[in-house]
Amino acid sequence: MVTECQHRPGRRVQIYCYPFCFANAPFIRTEMSAMNRKLIQTLAETISKQVKHFNKTEAECLIRLFNGLLGEQTVAGRAVHGLDRGKFRNILHNTFGMTDDMIMDRVFRAFDKDNDSFISVKEWIEGLSIFLRGTLDEKIKYCFHVYDLNSDGNISREEMFHMLKNSLIRQPTEEDPDEGVKDLVEITLKMMDHDHDGRLSYADFEKAVREENLLLEAFGTCLPDAKSILIFEQHAFQDPLDQ
Amino acid sequence: MGASLTRAAQWTTASSATGKLEITPLNESLLKEILRFVEQFSSRHPQEAKHVFKEPLQWSTTLVASDFKTDYDINGPTVQSQEKDSEGHPLLQLSPPTISVHSFSQLSKLVQLADDKKLKEVRACLEENRDPVVKILGPSFATVLDGEDTSVLRLVDKVKQGDQATDSEVQVKLFLLLQHLDNQLLSNSLKQISQEVRLNPAVVKTEVELLKRFCSEGEKRVLKSVRYTSDYEFGNGCHTPPWRQVHGEICYLVIEPCDTETLYITCSTAGVFLNGGIKQEGEENAYERTSDMHKDLVTLLRNRSPHFAENINKQDFAVQEELPSTQKIQHVESVDAEEQGQPQRSYEHQEKNVHERARQQHTPNKPGGKKKLEPSPRWKNLGLMSPYDKAEEKKASKGSGKEKSGEVQKKMLRSDSKKKAEFSVSSLPGRQSSQKTKTPAGVVPVEDFSESSSESEEDEEQPERRPESNTDLPSEYWQIQKLVKYLKGGNQTATVIALCAMRDFNLVQETCQLAIRDVGGLEVLINLLDTEEIKCKIGSLKILRKISHNSQIRRAIADLGGLQTMVKILDSPVKDLKALAAETIANVAKFRRARRTVRQYGGIKRLVELLDCVPDSATLTAEQERDVEVARCGALALWSCSKSTRNKEAIRKAGGIPLLGRLLKSPHENMLIPVVGTLQECASERSYRIAIQTEGMIEDLVKNLSSDNDELQMHCASAIFKCAEDKRTRDLVRQYEGLQPLVSLLSKADNKQLLAATTGAIWKCSISMENVAKFQEYKALETLVGLLTEQPEEVLVNVVGALGECAQIPANRATIRKCGGIQPLVNLLTGTNQALLVNVTKAVGACATEIDNMTIIDRLDGVRLLWSLLKNPNADVQASAAWAICPCIENAKDAGEMVRSFVGGLELIVNLLKSTNKEVLASVCAAIAKIAKDKENLAVITDHGVVPMLAKLTNTTDDRLRRHLAEAVARCCMWGSNRVSFGEAGAVAPLVRYLKSKDSSVHQATAQALLQLSKDPNNCITMHENGVVKLLIGMMGSTDEILQEAAAGCVANIRRLALANDKARYG
Repeated sequence: MVTECQHRPGRRVQIYCYPFCFANAPFIRTEMSAMNRKLIQTLAETISKQVKHFNKTEAECLIRLFNGLLGEQTVAGRAVHGLDRGKFRNILHNTFGMTDDMIMDRVFRAFDKDNDSFISVKEWIEGLSIFLRGTLDEKIKYCFHVYDLNSDGNISREEMFHMLKNSLIRQPTEEDPDEGVKDLVEITLKMMDHDHDGRLSYADFEKAVREENLLLEAFGTCLPDAKSILIFEQHAFQDPLDQ
Repeated sequence: MGASLTRAAQWTTASSATGKLEITPLNESLLKEILRFVEQFSSRHPQEAKHVFKEPLQWSTTLVASDFKTDYDINGPTVQSQEKDSEGHPLLQLSPPTISVHSFSQLSKLVQLADDKKLKEVRACLEENRDPVVKILGPSFATVLDGEDTSVLRLVDKVKQGDQATDSEVQVKLFLLLQHLDNQLLSNSLKQISQEVRLNPAVVKTEVELLKRFCSEGEKRVLKSVRYTSDYEFGNGCHTPPWRQVHGEICYLVIEPCDTETLYITCSTAGVFLNGGIKQEGEENAYERTSDMHKDLVTLLRNRSPHFAENINKQDFAVQEELPSTQKIQHVESVDAEEQGQPQRSYEHQEKNVHERARQQHTPNKPGGKKKLEPSPRWKNLGLMSPYDKAEEKKASKGSGKEKSGEVQKKMLRSDSKKKAEFSVSSLPGRQSSQKTKTPAGVVPVEDFSESSSESEEDEEQPERRPESNTDLPSEYWQIQKLVKYLKGGNQTATVIALCAMRDFNLVQETCQLAIRDVGGLEVLINLLDTEEIKCKIGSLKILRKISHNSQIRRAIADLGGLQTMVKILDSPVKDLKALAAETIANVAKFRRARRTVRQYGGIKRLVELLDCVPDSATLTAEQERDVEVARCGALALWSCSKSTRNKEAIRKAGGIPLLGRLLKSPHENMLIPVVGTLQECASERSYRIAIQTEGMIEDLVKNLSSDNDELQMHCASAIFKCAEDKRTRDLVRQYEGLQPLVSLLSKADNKQLLAATTGAIWKCSISMENVAKFQEYKALETLVGLLTEQPEEVLVNVVGALGECAQIPANRATIRKCGGIQPLVNLLTGTNQALLVNVTKAVGACATEIDNMTIIDRLDGVRLLWSLLKNPNADVQASAAWAICPCIENAKDAGEMVRSFVGGLELIVNLLKSTNKEVLASVCAAIAKIAKDKENLAVITDHGVVPMLAKLTNTTDDRLRRHLAEAVARCCMWGSNRVSFGEAGAVAPLVRYLKSKDSSVHQATAQALLQLSKDPNNCITMHENGVVKLLIGMMGSTDEILQEAAAGCVANIRRLALANDKARYG
């Protein structure tokens, strides 16, 4: 967190405000002074050492991107600590094709590790590291975190129900429209609840996913698909000099 | 002939409006039973047989007047019996096509007359007289049969009253006899039906409820306690946690019998058994079975607790008295089956019925909470009661006013059910099919279930989907149906969950496979392949991959266009997806149409592309490993596809051979098996054989012969088998030291496929004499001889083939003899497999070149067997047999005598000269040449017209035939005027032309033939005219002494004739 604090004051100066459409992100031009560029490079270097899946250049690109996004949301001179919920959800929706509000919310929380309702540059890069290039282990942890709505270390029946409640087409003929969802929850428990305590602990979840990778996103899409990863990386990691 | 029987028949015909009896095994056995009853009736019950029916039984008969004999007045087409009733009406009347019969005595006679048509007659009679008892005994008996035996009582009363006493008595007897028949028939039917019972939650539940009632009252107490481990009941009626329900387990019980220790019991769909002691829900490691499987709880308890076994019977009747009439309503069908004559039942039947009955009878809010077991009136009525029970039953049924109202209700219910004529409302799917087919009890449960069960919803959703087979629908069926519903109506998340859940089923099991198909799951799974959702596609393919092991599913997938989609997926960038698609294609493409589809949609090329990977580098990255897996699946698919010739071609054209060659270097068996499998499959094509040789694959194939995987070894051996037709390949196998591993594979005689491939490879390799020398060194022959008995034909063909090749070397012939190989070889001559016969005759022929062997063959009458093979329709067998005969005749003692002893043998072989097959002709000529050495035999074959036949063949251009033909001609000249005959038949001029052939062996034989022919002056003239002298003079310069001598002799004959001619002319 120290690094962030050091650089935060300069940010507003560095970034110009552009109308943002994420698909066009690479075209954002950040006309920065040599000084600012230097700052970014230093930050990128520090972060890339901490985050597994990005090298320095990539980290730099992501910082620039972040700054671009941040600049956009600067409103009425308020100090901004990072991406806010709405902004982030826009990205998830537009770039990664996510649709489920609740899941997007949970993804935001998963990114926002310090729970301050903003995603700092470090959280951004750390989050994307798993999001884009995470190993299976990392993804299991991440997904479990996303699905554990009340963060009590277990995914309960109620949480599953909550997440799955819109997953079936409601048949108007059915007496109890939730019956299917309830059944789906039971089916899921049958598959994944290895210790039979009626809820999914992390160990349950991990074991189930290792046995069947398809269950990684059992309760809703919270990771981008291969195609959108490709597109995002293409745009984000273009050589900054080309921009 | 009783009403209940008619009903039994009706049940099977409920669907058909015409009221015909369906031809089912059950019906047939019913009919036979009735027939036996009728046939024996008049002899067993003469008095009753004379009883005149109230109404005649009438039906359309196939019998005609001429079928009737004495005792009948025949008047044109109509027939009347001489036996009349009291009023003088004949008891049998035939006015075609209708026949009416008034008594059993006439019926008995009739069926005897009908002879082989009797079954038909009985059937027609029953079809047209739905309620024969009413006709026989009068309408008042309709109710009797439908309901209680109160009417019998009425009758008995009548008898007591004394009016028409005898008549009524007869009636009662008759009635009882008919009922007895009914009961027998019903219990027979029941036996069949009751075998089809399977447990389901409702059955278990009611049984448990019943058992719970045993736990109370002191004296009658049978069990101390019965309880579930968990009282929570799932929607489907199970008490087990869902992950155990997957295993078919319904509930766990803890039962304390009075006399033994506490029993921990698992009830599953397959049966009831003791578990490891599950006391509470959620205990692990106690699920496994620790006892035998029993049909139901009662059986298990009877086995475990003598006290229970002793007391359960008493419980049976104890309740009987309290049986309310409403209970009886549910068991209409069987009521009329009371009073029957099987006093002591086998308990098996009872047990099967226990839960059946329990299921039907249990109504949760039974007033007063009766604590005792209620026996099923049905089974009681079916004659499964003990005499004591029966007494009770009678008491119970006597004169109860309530029961009459019950009767009426019953009738209503039945007529209802008949109208519906379908059982789809039933709530217990597990019992459906059996009810549907034949059970006489089948109608009963319908009424009960439609009211009670919670599962009826599911059932109603798709009643028509139920398969017609007799198997019960397992719980999996409904669970899968539910999952398919979620697949159809769920988003990606729900779909993935449903797919994973479906995958957790035992998809190897056919019931699950067919369930997926039957509930429309295949369509959904295949549709999913067309979506963009990779996870859904992967999930779907994972299921398809498993279930496509079933041939019906394979066809269904192909019919639904699944192959096309899967071929498209092969282009996907996602490797997992490609691999899965290829693997599924491998499973589906097991039949021709599917293989063609794969080819037509460009699948072969794509599959070949999958093979492109680096299989053998020491360290593979994760990505490379995936490539290898993809390649493996590709190879699997190609293997399946390569069973079609055009696909073999397509694989080659797509550049598959070098890629397969590269994968052949892989160290992994699971890769090598499909690769070698494909190669050996394709090796049937010449182009592949050449490629396998030139691309250096023989080395790898030989190397893998020493693998420790039988399947791989088998495919390698098989590939060598197919390729070793080529000499170069045979040499390569030897050079890479493949012969020894082949020989050592012979020791794995248990694996017949492997053995067939190995012996095949040995056979083909032994065509090269260098290889035979190696085989001698490795003592292969000894082993091969040992394989001559008790092997499947495909092994025998190869073993014998190899022996035949090896026996070309004299030392080996002795070896075969010393190992006792001659006898089994000769025995094999009696076989029918043509490929085998060709090889056996060849081997026997090769062995016969040794005098010692020949002695044995002769002793075993081998020559006769060979000779009889000349009659085989297959030309190859004929030829091979004829070839084998040659050395036999040459080496046998008294060969001439032996040949003559074969009756018709000589004629047979001469007639083979009419064959169109060159090989047959050549071989037969060779044989004739040998036969003709014996003068007497030569005389016989001359009589059979061998000379003109041979002469006719002389125009051939086939050198092999020419040689043997010339030999035969030479030999045949030795008798009588045959020389002249050959000349007259025009055989000389063509023979002269043989001398121009390039084959020196033809020259020798021809020269000898000409030498013989030249002893006739006219032939000399013909020869001379055809320019023989110049040709012969050339031959005289040959290094072959026999040829020299024959040529010179011939020229001398010609010259002598010329000299004689000159002398005659010029004096």
